[in-house]
Amino acid sequence: MPEAQNRWFMGWGASIVSLVLSLASALVLFSVLLLTSGKNPLDTYASIFGSTLGNGFGFSEIFVKMIPLLFTALAVALPARLGLVNVGGEGQLQLGALAAAAAALAVGAGTPFWAGIPVTLVAGMIGGALWALVPALLRAKGWLNETISTLLLNYVAIRVVDYFVFGPLRDPSSSNVPQTTKFADGFLWPAFAGRIHIGIVFALAALLLFAVVINRTRWGYEIRAAGSNPLAALRHGLPVTAYILIILCAGGALAGLAGTGEIMAIQGRLRPGFSPSYGYLGFLIAWLAGHKPLRILFMGFLVALIATGGDSLQIDQGLPSSTVDILMALCLFMVLADAWRPDRLEVRVRSWLHRKNGAVS
Amino acid sequence: MTEGFLEGWLGGAVLTSTPIFYAALGETIVEKAGLINLGVEGTMLVGASVSFAVASATGSVPAGLVAGMVAGGLFNLLLGPLVIVWGANQLASGLALMFFGMGLSAFYGKPFVGSSLDGLSSFPIPWLSSLPFIGSILFNQDLLVYMMIPAAAAVWYLLSRTAWGLHLRAVGEDRLVAYAAGSRTGLLRHQALFLGGVLAGVAGAHLSLAIAHTWTEGLTAGRGFIAVSLVIFAAWSPLRILPGALLFGGTLALQIQLQARGAQVSPFLLDMLPYLVTLLVLVLLRNSSRGRMPEGLKEVFESSREGR
Repeated sequence: MPEAQNRWFMGWGASIVSLVLSLASALVLFSVLLLTSGKNPLDTYASIFGSTLGNGFGFSEIFVKMIPLLFTALAVALPARLGLVNVGGEGQLQLGALAAAAAALAVGAGTPFWAGIPVTLVAGMIGGALWALVPALLRAKGWLNETISTLLLNYVAIRVVDYFVFGPLRDPSSSNVPQTTKFADGFLWPAFAGRIHIGIVFALAALLLFAVVINRTRWGYEIRAAGSNPLAALRHGLPVTAYILIILCAGGALAGLAGTGEIMAIQGRLRPGFSPSYGYLGFLIAWLAGHKPLRILFMGFLVALIATGGDSLQIDQGLPSSTVDILMALCLFMVLADAWRPDRLEVRVRSWLHRKNGAVS
Repeated sequence: MTEGFLEGWLGGAVLTSTPIFYAALGETIVEKAGLINLGVEGTMLVGASVSFAVASATGSVPAGLVAGMVAGGLFNLLLGPLVIVWGANQLASGLALMFFGMGLSAFYGKPFVGSSLDGLSSFPIPWLSSLPFIGSILFNQDLLVYMMIPAAAAVWYLLSRTAWGLHLRAVGEDRLVAYAAGSRTGLLRHQALFLGGVLAGVAGAHLSLAIAHTWTEGLTAGRGFIAVSLVIFAAWSPLRILPGALLFGGTLALQIQLQARGAQVSPFLLDMLPYLVTLLVLVLLRNSSRGRMPEGLKEVFESSREGR
């Protein structure tokens, strides 16, 4: 086995180099698709970079997309530290948005923002947490693994939102578009710098809270302990069942905030299909980041960058929305494979030399 | 509610359960090798779009079916380098595969949206299909429906009665021990992925060629995830998949029948039924699958503990 000669070899520097090479190889693969649809890859990439990183508004859009992604990633990372796999971010996001919308419509106009915004926050968190409660109970009882239950409930959640938006919560004046009425001004999350809204403050606060609780508190220590060895934790008298309930619901609450932010800051009303798979992308961000706070921030930015670039593929290049999924998947494949890490490359080169030169090492 | 309703519902149940059945059968092989592919949804979409495209272009349904199978197998193999060679997280890789399948099928399937095809038509079995009641339910279906039981038996035989199956199951239980015993673990797992993909391709082809007779974006609508749940429900046994698939197919078909008859139930509530029934059955029958999960899979679900 090759041994790392120095710390850089295995450390941050190597990770970054490998990441850049991974993304570059994804772009090379994606250019095959661009060529088959008659686009010049170099021009297209130049245009994507110009309209995201090289343009004030495009750059701000990356952060707009990052807000829900940070929440959904945290919704996965927090339970993961306890050994739980929450694939239900999408459903929890939907129910959070629904609860926030219902609360805003019920409380009604004339609410000042200092009361309206907390109402949406609390309602959104409750909605998401309640949607996570069923899988949490099933898991705590030992009846059903949460991976499958959270996944299946995503599909139910979308229908629940449809039911309300087509039914009880439908704006009677919009006869052909199913959507709720516009929320009163007091509930809307204010934006600054383009469409970047107050949600970024909440998301960063949640990330900071996650980092502090997990790494700096007794409670976080117990969660990590229970996550790495549940039996030992039980024998030491840790309330593992209660942790499962609390942590999975807290994850649901975080995903609920992703949905709340989207409808309160971006859409202004609830309509079906407002989330382009933010829940699933959050799952991927959390796993790519190893559920670590700083890396979540970094990976969240990266995925938001790719998604924003994908939008510009649609708007500027006239390519269908499916190309965004393809670009995203290629980038994720390459980053997941992480094949360019120097230590892995060295293994490959050595084994190739080994085969070539026979048994001489 | 008349007898016609029951006949229509049960016949529809058999038909709609078929894609879920094949996808779950394929996923069983994959999971027996200690792998989990959460992206079956994507593989089904690729199979459905490729088979529809090839069948429309060539006018040959068998050619479409074969193309869908090959495409499904190859598409599943994409997971190989990721999770087998580089050891990437399987759950995340599966979701990435789902995105890839959604994107590819929508992108390259676009020219075919809106066109329709006779596709795989039903093949009434002489004499049997004229039996009252059960004739139309069981013996007036397409060939892929009839193939369900032989396919389940074949996969059972392959996994339980052949040397290849024994090696595969050994890999799924404990990779290192299997490796030490001389199994080519990497090759076996790639073969399992390919076979699973071929069956998911059959599932997709049946969906587009025999049920929908058309292609639309996201045709599978979560059936891939239902298939993944069905593997657990069946306790990783190929022989237990059919009853499970019929149950879920039955819920889907009930919703279609009720809607067709203009029942006064919200369509959204009916749409939830298959997923809720899946959940409920998994909870109720939790003890039948306990302890049957391949040991190698547990490591996937516990992988969050160490970070990545």
